Amino acid sequence: MYSAIVFLPLFGAIIAGFFGRAIGARACETITSGFLVIAAVLSWIAFFDVGFGETETRVTVFRFLTSGALEIDWSFRVDTLTVVMLVVVTNISALVHVYSIGYMHNDPHRPRFFAFLSMFTFSMLMLATSNNFLQLFFGWEGVGLASYLLIGFWYLKPSANAAAIKAFIVNRIGDFGFALGIFAVFHIFGSLDFDLVFAAAAARQGETFAFLGYEVDILTTICLLLFLGAMGKSAQFLLHTWLPDAMEGPTPVSALIHAATMVTAGVFLVARCSPLFELAPTALAFVTIIGATTAFFAATVGLVQNDIKRVIAYSTCSQLGYMFVAMGVGAYQAGMFHLFTHAFFKALLFLGAGSVIHAMSDEQDMRRMGGLRKLIPQTYWLMVIGTLALTGVGIPGLVGFAGFHSKDAVIEAAFAAGSGVGEYAFWLTVVAALMTSFYSWRLIFMTFHGRSRASNETLSHVHESPRVMTVPLMVLAAGSVLAGAAFSGLFIGDDWHEFWRGSIHVAAGNHILDEMHDVPAWARWSATVMMAVGLVVAVQFYIRRPAIPATLAREQDMLYRFLLNKWYFDELYDLVFVRPAIWLGRLLWRGGDGRVIDGLGPDGVSARVIDIAGRVVRLQTGYVYHYAFAMLIGVALITTWYMFAGR
Amino acid sequence: MQIGLGHYLTLGAIVFTLGIFGIFLNRKNVIIILMSIELMLLAVNINLVAFSAHLGDLVGQVFALIILTVAAAEAAIGLAILVVYFRNRGSIAVEDINLMKG
Repeated sequence: MYSAIVFLPLFGAIIAGFFGRAIGARACETITSGFLVIAAVLSWIAFFDVGFGETETRVTVFRFLTSGALEIDWSFRVDTLTVVMLVVVTNISALVHVYSIGYMHNDPHRPRFFAFLSMFTFSMLMLATSNNFLQLFFGWEGVGLASYLLIGFWYLKPSANAAAIKAFIVNRIGDFGFALGIFAVFHIFGSLDFDLVFAAAAARQGETFAFLGYEVDILTTICLLLFLGAMGKSAQFLLHTWLPDAMEGPTPVSALIHAATMVTAGVFLVARCSPLFELAPTALAFVTIIGATTAFFAATVGLVQNDIKRVIAYSTCSQLGYMFVAMGVGAYQAGMFHLFTHAFFKALLFLGAGSVIHAMSDEQDMRRMGGLRKLIPQTYWLMVIGTLALTGVGIPGLVGFAGFHSKDAVIEAAFAAGSGVGEYAFWLTVVAALMTSFYSWRLIFMTFHGRSRASNETLSHVHESPRVMTVPLMVLAAGSVLAGAAFSGLFIGDDWHEFWRGSIHVAAGNHILDEMHDVPAWARWSATVMMAVGLVVAVQFYIRRPAIPATLAREQDMLYRFLLNKWYFDELYDLVFVRPAIWLGRLLWRGGDGRVIDGLGPDGVSARVIDIAGRVVRLQTGYVYHYAFAMLIGVALITTWYMFAGR
Repeated sequence: MQIGLGHYLTLGAIVFTLGIFGIFLNRKNVIIILMSIELMLLAVNINLVAFSAHLGDLVGQVFALIILTVAAAEAAIGLAILVVYFRNRGSIAVEDINLMKG
């Protein structure tokens, strides 16, 4: 069954990719979507099998390579963490495939799109089911490749190509750290197999080795390097610049890759390596700091963006920060729970935004929207549900939408951590919750409420999306409403150990999931209060007195521009990294390659040949009597030589 | 002074040299080249006849006659070429004959 879940998308990708033109776009869509729906159903079966039963398995497919001490198999590790990811990936992917049938209806390159979507799903599933670091890295690179191909899907647009390259390169920086981490793992443990490495990890705690000239703690180094990879893939602070630009891709791509699955690969990695991270408190502290900073930073930038997809992109970045905060304080289960719920409502928001964009004839700027509530009511209500889930509407202690259960769990865990890092994370995540609420409702109000700011031309084409697009949205909405309440007991409740068992390892002194439920009331209510305040402020700014935002932007011009330009990170990176790199490249290309190597080699030799030939050619004057003279000189010389050189 | 073999040979050498210089030092006229070639042939003839008289062997004189025949035929052809050349190029200045320059 597990082989079916992982390989069905691969078959779909191969069929659509290689035979797409032969079988036609319609068949491609149906086959790939059909395979994925089957995989999704199977993943739910697996979820209940492994989650509630006792079946944990390792499925070995075949040996990949044997090289000295390195033995790698293609094998699937099936435990609770795996099946959680399987459910998320296959379900969201299946819904996105179905949605894309409607969204990409007019696109001439549909077979290629569906092939890439299925290929992405296959890579993500390989990543999630891997039982060794190399297979995980294979999946990691595969999703990076698929992301590049899909962001640059409309390859005739130069901005799309630039965004695709940017995503790939920034990811690469993280991947470099990740690769170094894998090398370190092999160097220290002699194996890349998870079972072997995790079992041997405890024995290495406190040991140091020489790295870059210093004596550093082994496990901390490994974990930090692995986390570098996670930072790149999950668009955390400093390696985040690619995520907003990735919105150049089609909206289903944004929903699948940059909301629910690929960007969560980093979170999954940290959870999977929890046996290692639990032994490296410094690395965990670093994770928390980065996560909290990302949550805060992305929320501030999302406050002022005008492109509907960018707002949701920064929201994703921020929520990923939340997940890492949970991981960092030791509450891996809460982080995975937030990953689970976030996939539902973020995909819902993205696909809903796609519905809006589709209705508005590809308009993405919210300043040109407005008043769509009456025109596309289905999409409106579904987006409202998504926003309620994202902002975490609920009654503490009782029940709420999906985001309420998971996001509040993260905030409570940050408080319960007690350490300085935990406090830092707590305050930042609370403030970020306020901003999350504000910008989410801002999006809803600017897009759907008020008077329309669109042209009459656009307005006349506004129509509700077809059922093939709205049905996936409704499934996601159901998830956004119910997933929190239904699964919170399972994921982070008192019996979490029954559910997760050994897939997430917690150290002996780590009781944060229990402490989390005992935080003081004010901490527990803080998130809900922030959500309400954000909603009220958003109503004030965008419904009651719509003039305030513009006035505020004018008065706080520097702050506004600082946020609008994403804290000037792109400009900073351009100055510090991009320009020197281009300068160096040009120097090596023109100076080194051009002048030195070509000059001494082919170009130099040919120039000398031409030079000398030019001089020799002057002997050929064209005058016959010169030639006769030369012949005569020759004859005289031969005769002289003959006469004097021995008879 | 008796005119001996040496004098005839010297004469031949001088005439030959004049012929050679006539080819190189001439830039104006192709006919001069043809004449210089005739001079060289003549010098060779003088040599042959001088040796023939000195050695009393008639072969030298016979050969000289053959050379004269060849020289005549060659002169005829050379002049014919010159005439056709002039028709095509309009000038017989040696300076202008450098199409093979390269």
